[in-house]
Amino acid sequence: MENVWIYLLIILLKIVGIITVALGGVTVMNWVERKVCGHIQHRHGPLYVGPHGILQPIADGLKLFLKEDITPTNVDRGLFMLAPIMAFVPALLTFAVIPVGPHLMISNVNIGLVYILSVSSLGIFGIIMGGWASNNKYALLGGLRSAAQMISYEIPLGLSVIGVLMYSGSLSMTKIVMAQQGFWFGFIPKWFVIPQFLGFILFLVAAFAETNRLPFDLPEAETELVAGYFVEYGSLRWAMFMMAEYVAMISASCVIVTLFFGGWLPLPVIGPLVEGILPSNVVLYAMPVVWFLSKVAVFMFFFVWVRWTFPRLRYDQLMSLGWKVLLPLAIFNIFISGILRMAQLN
Amino acid sequence: MGLHDIMFYYFASVIVITALLAVSRPNPVYAVVFLIPCFFHVAGIFVLLQAEFLAVVQILVPAGALMVLYLFVVFLFNLSEIKGMKSTHRQSVLAGIVALIMFILLAVLAVRGIFPGPFQELVESTAVENTVAVGGALYTRFLFPFELASLVLLVVMFGAMVLARREGKE
Repeated sequence: MENVWIYLLIILLKIVGIITVALGGVTVMNWVERKVCGHIQHRHGPLYVGPHGILQPIADGLKLFLKEDITPTNVDRGLFMLAPIMAFVPALLTFAVIPVGPHLMISNVNIGLVYILSVSSLGIFGIIMGGWASNNKYALLGGLRSAAQMISYEIPLGLSVIGVLMYSGSLSMTKIVMAQQGFWFGFIPKWFVIPQFLGFILFLVAAFAETNRLPFDLPEAETELVAGYFVEYGSLRWAMFMMAEYVAMISASCVIVTLFFGGWLPLPVIGPLVEGILPSNVVLYAMPVVWFLSKVAVFMFFFVWVRWTFPRLRYDQLMSLGWKVLLPLAIFNIFISGILRMAQLN
Repeated sequence: MGLHDIMFYYFASVIVITALLAVSRPNPVYAVVFLIPCFFHVAGIFVLLQAEFLAVVQILVPAGALMVLYLFVVFLFNLSEIKGMKSTHRQSVLAGIVALIMFILLAVLAVRGIFPGPFQELVESTAVENTVAVGGALYTRFLFPFELASLVLLVVMFGAMVLARREGKE
C-alpha cells in the first residue's frame, strides 16, 4: 500500500513541477513578447521595472491580482465564472504527455498524440462560453467566430500529423521521438520535418489558428470587436484568458518540436561538439532537457515574430484558407507520404 | 468494493445525473453545457475498460467537435422567446408511456441479454496495443460496415449541402 502513496506523490510532484515551469514560461513569454514587439516597432518596450524591464510581467501580474473583480449585471453568472477556467485548464492538460527528456514526462500513454489533439480541442469551450455568457454583442461575435475557426482548423491539424504517424508507427510521444534518431550522410538529422515538410507547414499554420494568434486572432480582433470574447472580463479572470493563450502557445511549440524536430534529441553538428566536452552524467540527464527547451524557445520566438509581422486575415479569407487550401493539401500529404513510406518499406 | 468499482459507480452516477439535467433544463445552452461532463465521464468508463483509444476519441469527437457545433447553433437562439415556452404539452403523456416501455425493454435486455459479440475480445486483447487492435478490427473483420458508415456520412454531407445551397447564388 505504501508503494501506491509514493507513486502518487511522485506523480503529484511531476505535475506541480510541469505546471510551475509552464506558468514561469508564461511570465517569460509575456516579457519577450513585449520586448520583441517593441524592437520590431522601433521602440524599447518595457524598460523601468528591473534591468531591461524584466520584472514587468511580475508587476503586471500583481496589478491584475489586486484589481477589483467586477461581474457585470446582466451576465449569465455561472458560465461567466466557469469560462476562464474552461479556457485555462485544457491548455495545461496538454503538458501531461509531452516528453521533456527520455523519461521526463508525467504520463507515457500509448495514445499521446490523439490525447493532445482531443485536449487542445477543448480550450474553445472557455472562449465560446465566455462570449455567450458576457451578454454582449461583440463578445458573442468573437465567440461564434472562434467556434467556426477552431472547428475548421482542427481538421487540417489532425490530418497533418498522419504523415508523422506513418513514419513513426506509433501514437506514443516517446516512440515518435525515438523514431527520429540517427542521421542521413552523418550530419542531417532524421527529424520528421524533412520527409514531412508539407505536414509541418500545415501543422504550423493550423496551430497558429488553434491558439488564436495573429494572423488568425479573429475572435479578439481589436479593430472590429473591441476585444472579442473577453471584452467584459477584468482583473484575474481576464488574466486567466491571457495566460491560457500563452500556455497554449507554449504547448503548441512543444508539440511541434516533439513531432517534427526530434524532441529531446541533440542538435546536429553543435550537439556532438557540446556533449563531447561535458561529463557523461550531464549528457545523460540534463542535456536532453536543454536541447528540448532550446528548440521550444525558437518556436516561441517564431510565434511572437509572426504576430508583429503579418496583418490579420479577413473572415472569408480565413475560411477559404482552411477549407480550400489546407484541407486538400493535408489529404495530398497523406497520399504522398503513404506512397513514399510504402516504397521505403519494400 | 475495490477502487475499480468505486470509480465505475462515480462515472455512472455522474453520467446519469448530467444526462437528466441535460434533458430537463429549459435553457438550451445549459442543456448542452451539461452534456460536456456527461461525455467526459463516458470516456472515463472507456478508460476503466482499458479502451484508451476509444476514450480519447470520445473526448475528441462528441465532446470536442459536436458540442462546439451544438453551442454554435444554440447561441443564435433568442432566449427570451424560449423562456415563455412550456416544456410539457398534450403529447407528454403518450411520450412518457413510450419512454417507459423503451426503458423496460432496455433494462430487460441489459439484465438478461448475453453480449457475445466480438467486442469482448477487443476489450480483453491487452497483448496488442489498443490502437492497433481497433485499427485491425476496423480494416479486416468490420471493413464492410466501416466503409458503409463512411458512405452514409458522405450522403448526409451532400444532403446538408443541397439543403443549404441558395438558388441563384454562385
